[in-house]
Amino acid sequence: MEKFLRDAAEFLPILLQGVGLTIVVTLGSLILSTVLGLVWALLRVSGVRALAGVSAGLINLIRGIPIIVLLFYLYFVMPDFGIALSALQAAIIGLGLAYSAYQAENFRAGIEAIDRGQIEAAQAIGMGWWLTMRRVILPQAVRIVLPPYGNIMIMLLKDSSQASTITVAELALQGKLIASSTFKNTSVFTLVALMYLTMSIPLILLVRHFEKKAGHR
Amino acid sequence: MIELRDVHKRFGPLEVLKGIAARVEKSEVVCIIGPSGSGKSTILRCINGLESYDAGAILVEGARVDSRAPSIVAIRTQVSMVFQRFNLFPHRTALENVIEGPIYVKNEPRAEALDRGRALLAKVGLAEKADSYPAQLSGGQQQRVAIARALAMQPKAILFDEPTSALDPELVGDVLSVMRRLADDGMTMVVVTHEMGFAREVADRVLFIDGGVIVEQGAARSVLNQPQHPRTQDFLRRILHPL
Repeated sequence: MEKFLRDAAEFLPILLQGVGLTIVVTLGSLILSTVLGLVWALLRVSGVRALAGVSAGLINLIRGIPIIVLLFYLYFVMPDFGIALSALQAAIIGLGLAYSAYQAENFRAGIEAIDRGQIEAAQAIGMGWWLTMRRVILPQAVRIVLPPYGNIMIMLLKDSSQASTITVAELALQGKLIASSTFKNTSVFTLVALMYLTMSIPLILLVRHFEKKAGHR
Repeated sequence: MIELRDVHKRFGPLEVLKGIAARVEKSEVVCIIGPSGSGKSTILRCINGLESYDAGAILVEGARVDSRAPSIVAIRTQVSMVFQRFNLFPHRTALENVIEGPIYVKNEPRAEALDRGRALLAKVGLAEKADSYPAQLSGGQQQRVAIARALAMQPKAILFDEPTSALDPELVGDVLSVMRRLADDGMTMVVVTHEMGFAREVADRVLFIDGGVIVEQGAARSVLNQPQHPRTQDFLRRILHPL
């Protein structure tokens, strides 16, 4: 135990740098996936068959490709087409794209759960499609969507470790580097696990809060 | 004010409206009665474009109703609708429900909309419930808020789709008396209802619909008291003497 604490004191500063990048990747891809997911979901429920088809196709395409392959594609293949992304950019875009598919399905489920009478009431006072979405459907859908959204946040936090495969020096990669140079595998990976867990706990509590709130109404 | 010319409507293989022709004049109260599944609600929903129709024409103040044309928005602001299940916005208070259309559809100044919204809630007897959410209101109160919401659009006519069918019997009276006051004020109203008392007392005319056609129509008292057609007679007998 004493040895572990000594190791911890030594490695913590380096690992914390990794935590910083983990948070950047997670937040960046969370925002991107939320925006894209909302766009896909709105296309899907637009009532325009062509748009819904495009959205459904995109979602299935994204869902069918492993995140790691998506990341490799963005980081190693795109330069061949003249698009050179930094590792961090590729990580955020790749994870953002991958998760936009899950976000979209969550948002769509939330939107479709709203009673049809709500749409009719909005139409009956002259609201168009977008106004109905903005003022009537989305505010109600948020409540339904939030608990699963919290779970997606937790999954995204953990999947941000996949950015290590394209050289983003986030928490997992920092841990791996320290472990391979010091051979203190047990201390290092225990620390890494504890740090992921520490970041997850606030999110888990947040999900619980959302679920309670959703249950109340 | 509202005119239906030989309106046909089908859901797949089922023809629900088989040539409906009717007129509603300004300030007139017309009740549509008939067995369930006869197409009563569909008529209302076609008038404000919640449903499309397949043939014929519906005119509101001379403008053709086309649920897919942009002009439908203008028609909907002139012809409000009150639903069987109220369909209030659950995430907004009674007052917010009422001012939603004026502010976001008609772009009225907020202060003006608020003043009028409060006055309308007072008119339906719910001034003190302005800040309550729909879930905190009884069915009758919710339906009266829905009527205030419809009135807030300053419509030329209001369509009522079985406005009291989802209410506990003791709450029906409050809603009907609000509707009666509207009729007295000269509002043009088309009411799908099973409340024969209301039809007899308040309606100018009654349409009896069965199987997608108007079987009988005329002045409310004569249709309800001396129905001519056997199907009307049969329907009224069952409604008035269910045992």
